[in-house]
Amino acid sequence: MSGTITPVTMPKFGLAMTEGKLASWSVKPGATVKAGQEIADIETSKITNGYESPAEGILRRQVASEGDTLPVGALLGVLAPESVSDEDIDAFVKKFNEEFSSGEESAAGESAPQRKTVAVGDLDLSVLESGADHGGVPVLLIHGFGGDLTNWMLNQPALAETHRVIAFDLPGHGESTKDVGDGTPAGFAATIAKLIAELGTDRVHVVGHSLGGAIALELAGAHGDTVASLTLIDPAGLGTDINMTFINGYIEADRRKTLEPVIQYLVHDKSLVTRAMVENIIRFKRLDGVVKGLRTIADVSFPDGKQGFPLRSVLEAYKGPVQVLWGEDDEILSVSGADGLPASVKVTRYPATGHMPQLEKSSEVNRAVSSFIG
Amino acid sequence: MSRKSFRQSINEALRQEMRRDPRVILMGEDVAGGRGGTSGVKDAWGGVLGVTKGLLTEFGEDRVLDTPITEASYIGAAAGAAATGLRPVAELMFVDFVGCCLDQIMNQAAKFRYMFGGKARTPLVIRAMYGAGFNAAAQHSQALYPLFTHIPGLKVVVPSSPYEAKGLLIEAIRDDDPVIFLENKVMYDDEEDVPDDPYTIPFGEANLTREGDDVTIVAFGRMVKFANEAADRLAKDGISCTVIDPRTTSPLDTGTILDCVADTGRLVIVDESSPRCNLATDVAALVAEEAFDALKAPIRRVCPPHTPVPFATVLENLYVPNTEKIVAAVRSVASYRMKEEA
Amino acid sequence: MQIARDILLRSYRSMRTIREFEERLHVEFATGEIPGFVHLYCGEEASGVGVCAHLTDTDTIASTHRGHGHCIAKGVGVDGMMAEIYGRQTGVCRGKGGSMHIADLSLGMLGANGIVGGGPPLICGAALSHKTLKDGAVAIAFYGDGASNEGSTLESLNLATVWNLPAVFVVEDNGYGEATGSSYACAGNQKDRAAGFGMPYFECDGNDFFSVYQTAGEAISHARNGNGPAMVHVHLARWYGHFEGDAMTYRAEGEVAELRADHDCLVNFRRRVTEAGLLEAAALDDVDMAVKDAVEAAVVAAKAAPLPVEDDLLKDVYVSY
Repeated sequence: MSGTITPVTMPKFGLAMTEGKLASWSVKPGATVKAGQEIADIETSKITNGYESPAEGILRRQVASEGDTLPVGALLGVLAPESVSDEDIDAFVKKFNEEFSSGEESAAGESAPQRKTVAVGDLDLSVLESGADHGGVPVLLIHGFGGDLTNWMLNQPALAETHRVIAFDLPGHGESTKDVGDGTPAGFAATIAKLIAELGTDRVHVVGHSLGGAIALELAGAHGDTVASLTLIDPAGLGTDINMTFINGYIEADRRKTLEPVIQYLVHDKSLVTRAMVENIIRFKRLDGVVKGLRTIADVSFPDGKQGFPLRSVLEAYKGPVQVLWGEDDEILSVSGADGLPASVKVTRYPATGHMPQLEKSSEVNRAVSSFIG
Repeated sequence: MSRKSFRQSINEALRQEMRRDPRVILMGEDVAGGRGGTSGVKDAWGGVLGVTKGLLTEFGEDRVLDTPITEASYIGAAAGAAATGLRPVAELMFVDFVGCCLDQIMNQAAKFRYMFGGKARTPLVIRAMYGAGFNAAAQHSQALYPLFTHIPGLKVVVPSSPYEAKGLLIEAIRDDDPVIFLENKVMYDDEEDVPDDPYTIPFGEANLTREGDDVTIVAFGRMVKFANEAADRLAKDGISCTVIDPRTTSPLDTGTILDCVADTGRLVIVDESSPRCNLATDVAALVAEEAFDALKAPIRRVCPPHTPVPFATVLENLYVPNTEKIVAAVRSVASYRMKEEA
Repeated sequence: MQIARDILLRSYRSMRTIREFEERLHVEFATGEIPGFVHLYCGEEASGVGVCAHLTDTDTIASTHRGHGHCIAKGVGVDGMMAEIYGRQTGVCRGKGGSMHIADLSLGMLGANGIVGGGPPLICGAALSHKTLKDGAVAIAFYGDGASNEGSTLESLNLATVWNLPAVFVVEDNGYGEATGSSYACAGNQKDRAAGFGMPYFECDGNDFFSVYQTAGEAISHARNGNGPAMVHVHLARWYGHFEGDAMTYRAEGEVAELRADHDCLVNFRRRVTEAGLLEAAALDDVDMAVKDAVEAAVVAAKAAPLPVEDDLLKDVYVSY
């Protein structure tokens, strides 16, 4: 490694990201960092996320300043061992920036995977597929209550390196038709079974988050042959408690000031909840039919302030492998839901993590899913 | 979700509401255009700047009504139709033409409900272009939202972006009161991501487009863009600004303005309308009355001079508030020191 | 012309009610108890009633500052009207509108109007509603000879023709716009104005219910049948000043006395129906008595009714705000 200069560049979180803001540096110039150590916070229009160092070395330069908004791939800083001279680093920065600005246009033209609309009965579902068909079983990502396919922005690209990955917006969510039907997890599971068929596959690894976990369980219960494996992230359906302050607040709060504290229940690190994240949820909730749909789901799923669909029995019947990932500090669905599961179920609990490990512990979750599905 | 211009956003809002509710009709001068022409071409213009293009094709001549150039009669007709069961969207083309039909807005539509003891509903939307920057000179460039804001019974919307325009226009069409919806003609080609689904943005809820600690900037319509640019530039120099886009001047979200001024203690108001009795004076009065103790510096208003809008580009550029003027105003209040502090 | 007995009786009752209402207002206004402006319709009763006899609650009318007669002819009750004119909470507009803004949209009464020429554009809109909603109804703009010169009126004649609207423009030509004679203020004539916009023109004697009834019937049928707008020019006279308190120094000595003596539409009506044996004098006398009592009761109730309270000030500016 001696003598190697490593550029630290603006990362691409999610498929749609074209630029990001360097919110803050986590390490000072001159500090020695390990590979994988968080060195900066990057803010995008969707989320703020820690950026892990691509290599070991000394942060010799902070080329970008806090607050700078830069395109993906732009130089943020430079890692190098002590042996590299300042002159060499200056030359590297100069050369990188020249090449980057000349190549920027072509890079921007690179086509990211695009959403498509898939008709399932009367519903139009918005689907984002990525990853080549490697001949293996595709991965289907099911988001939770009030979420959408961008909840997987930090996971889908990583999983797509080895698998065809299908993310989609549930009915009533994201850009899909705002008709939630009866609003039950079983109803959504039936729709998903049709979606899987529409997409020309008959078997998928299912990753379900929160209410999407309950939907995944219903899917495994009704269409066990379709489900190659189950990864349940902070899922509903295994416990009885549910944070109704969150559910009702999410439905009812319509201004940033009132919604922000509700959204903060989702994560352990409250600073992850950005203006943009809250604004995106407000914009979603303004769409015709959304609030009504969410209310329908909440009413049937959480009657009397409890989870209304015990699905542990599915775990007894389902023959495929099951793993459960859970943030220990989940404030929506308590991690106690992971207690007392059949021995065959692999359980991973993440410390200092809230309801969305796929965001807060994205690398760990990606590794857990990748190794589980092979 | 897709990228849409301000023009497309307005068109889509009209189209979606006309699909949803058969009582929604359009009327105005050349909202389609071409009727009675010798070529037989229909939908020749689709509005003078093409905003309503294509609606005639989908909804037909019974719901997309070209009018003679007689603002008093068709704006009055829109008011009368609104009071008797339709939900008309009337286009006044340039808001300056309100001089020809103000009675129908001010004395009729705005006052029906109150005068009639609450028995009338007048779900009327009047769309019109406003604003300087097009070399359209004194009779086609005014920003007259203060005129309407002054009149009880009217709601007044001044959208600042394509996203805002679509949601606020749908809200306006579904609203049961008369709404004046003003579109800055310089912004029609502005683009941003706008949902394909219909959505509404409630009236009377300001949007904070920037949040900061040092200075509050209240800006209206196109001025929000400039205020954001100014805030971003000032942030680099360590002056952090809150930018408030009130979205509607009537109702006005006074609570958010006062809250933000309480936090920052400094206020700059950016208003493209003539400086006397405009929204800037209104907001300044509000803050002076309700938040005097919070103020750490005099309120500054960034407005055009008290002149008609000039024609020549060099003069028009001097006339319209811009980012530089906002930056200067913010700097002056940020660096201001009260006498006892000095 | 055959007119059913019940229409005749109803029309007589309406005309008598207007007369009684207005004459009583004249008396009461002089006591100083009635606030604001009051413009009386006395002498013009046959016009509003002769036109509205052809209408149902689905049809729409727009009126003028001299609107009491049109309101009564369209079916608005005298209790609510009187209370309104007295500025009471029980008024048809809860004391917020007064004499010049009496309206009842449930009866198709789109309002009296304080703005000369305010009504015709609104009526284009109401006619557009009827046409678009296909409810078979018509919309009628009442306006005076003064308003016939307003740009908004002339624009409306044009628009109604361009859009082929089921609208009827009823010019109540009483010879005066405020204190200025129409012989001075109106150029040309109404007939040529109608012709200029390509719409049929009808003319009638506003002192004669039967003349108005027949003529308006033809014009309204024309519009109702989808043939576009029509104009009805009603020649009539007002017995009182532009507003109560107007000394009418611009009118010749004896002008009004002669009108009352020789051109009273109620006297004409009674003579005509009794001579033809259509209605009996006793039936008409009964109406007179009943109307007198009803107006008396309305005045008594209005005077006793509660005034609006401070809360009412802020109510009903918007549906929601």
